[in-house]
Amino acid sequence: MPQSNIMPGFRPAIGLTLVYLALIVLIPLSAMLLKALQLSFDEYLAIMTNQRVLASFRVSFGSALIAAAFAVVFGFIIAWTLVRYSFPGKRLFDSLIDLPFALPTAVAGIVLATIYEPHGWIGKLVFDSMSIQIAYKPLGIVFALIFIGLPFVVRTIEPVLQELDTAMEEAAASLGATRLQTFFKVILPNILPATITGFALAFARGVGEYGSVIFIAGNMPYISEVLPLLIITKLEQYEYAGATAIGMTMLILSFLLLLLINGLQWWVRRRSGQL
Amino acid sequence: MSINLNNICKQFGAFTALDNINLDIPEGELVALLGPSGCGKTTLLRIIAGLEQADTGDVFLKGDNVTDKPVKSRQIGFVFQHYALFRHMTVFENVAFGLRVKPRRSRPNNEFITKKVHALLELVQLDWLNDRYPDQLSGGQRQRIALARALAVEPSVLLLDEPFGALDASVRKDLRMWLRNLHHDLNVTSIFVTHDQEEAMEVASQVVVLNHGRIEQQGSPSEIYDYPANAFVSRFIGQTNVFDLAEHDSDWLQTAGLLTPNQAGKIAHVRPHDIVIQKSTTENTAPATVKDWQHLGALIRLELVKNGNNESSAPVYAEMPNDQFKELELNRGDKVDLKIRQAHWFH
Repeated sequence: MPQSNIMPGFRPAIGLTLVYLALIVLIPLSAMLLKALQLSFDEYLAIMTNQRVLASFRVSFGSALIAAAFAVVFGFIIAWTLVRYSFPGKRLFDSLIDLPFALPTAVAGIVLATIYEPHGWIGKLVFDSMSIQIAYKPLGIVFALIFIGLPFVVRTIEPVLQELDTAMEEAAASLGATRLQTFFKVILPNILPATITGFALAFARGVGEYGSVIFIAGNMPYISEVLPLLIITKLEQYEYAGATAIGMTMLILSFLLLLLINGLQWWVRRRSGQL
Repeated sequence: MSINLNNICKQFGAFTALDNINLDIPEGELVALLGPSGCGKTTLLRIIAGLEQADTGDVFLKGDNVTDKPVKSRQIGFVFQHYALFRHMTVFENVAFGLRVKPRRSRPNNEFITKKVHALLELVQLDWLNDRYPDQLSGGQRQRIALARALAVEPSVLLLDEPFGALDASVRKDLRMWLRNLHHDLNVTSIFVTHDQEEAMEVASQVVVLNHGRIEQQGSPSEIYDYPANAFVSRFIGQTNVFDLAEHDSDWLQTAGLLTPNQAGKIAHVRPHDIVIQKSTTENTAPATVKDWQHLGALIRLELVKNGNNESSAPVYAEMPNDQFKELELNRGDKVDLKIRQAHWFH
């Protein structure tokens, strides 16, 4: 068969992809599934309907969703600033964005907890003026997850904003659109798919986040205990099946949510002619 | 007067983009802002639109001082070089945009919008593409949609920034004539920016020649061509041979049959078609030798070398109709006599 592709190698490429997928993703996941299947359905149901476990689910997924929503808003503003304006120290600022990627999350958690605890620099200010406690409360979890999720949002929106033709905004203005109309009718539809991707990434990362959260969360059962911590706790008590049951459920729930987000994205793209 | 500009100046850092521009454009004209790149023509257009602010000076549209008005309240239509269509909207929605963003009080109902958009799409002969997205259209189609979109808000002035700049040659030619006819039908005062003198001459009813942020000349295409105000305009519009009396061209010009230079200037500009060629009968004193020629369709352009003491100087170009060229039966290396019918003199 004559080769017409410039870059050959479909077979080795797909082979490697499948091997990688099997070794790193599929085999560990099926091992987890097998472990979880050791439980009978009643046992599984008993673990999952435990009040403490349910509370943890609410805390983990709830704070991840809220944090991702905030990260999207702040991330958009930061990306906009970086793309549209020039100011001294912009490059330095730009590289600071990626820092949460590089920092060991435990370090981030300790730093955040120190700053936001009731006696910390910012925590004291907030506590004294508004009597709101950030660290060791569910609010602390949200703060940590915003910190972790922000770079995902900035880095997904930034390239799309860069590519966005400013002449489109000028065209909108010349046709009589107000600034709000220009934003909602011209800018937003163009960056919405990237924004959804950023949201999904920040959310997915937030659900599984362990290191940065446990230092600032306070880890009170029923109130501020996240799922990854609950899993570790169960492992330490040799409840392997219970831990995998929670893990499996988390996985399925996350997968369903991401599927939903992907579907939403597909719908947005289709509606705006990008498919 | 539809557009008046008074003492417009614009600096970009140390660079003077526009230097004291005064311009009056009567109602209904189709004006070309013509000049080399970097002459400030696009900046001037953007200042008229309100997309850019002048440092000093005033802009009047239909007698209203709009200098401090934002672009959205200037009632202009702007067509961008790279179309700037909304890529997330269908062609229909692109054209409808200007109507849909009107304040609720003056916003027309859906039925009216649908009718109007289809009418505009028919005007640009692209109604059959109404449900496509911009990415699915060719360059020429996109530009026509951009024009329809600008016309939807019934602008008092239509501004086009290098409207054909991104299109290929044959589409360009079609669109030029099409724009001319469209302007004839709509009669809305229009300004378009171009660096292509041929395009300006072909499409515009008035040409404004800009250079280094100043207006060099304003006039009809024939005025600009036949009576160039200065050496820049003469050289920029059409082809021209430049003879500098200070550089030993004086003697040569006399033998070549151009009358004794009058005292109006020291530099003569001669259009190629103002040079008449005959085979020389006096081989030794003939002023020029045929070096080569090119076919330009109906015309032949001859490349001549000046004989005499300055043979290394720039070639002289002459143009003549194809059939006349055939009658002369010229060969490369033939000596020829010249007659220069007329010249423009500059300092």
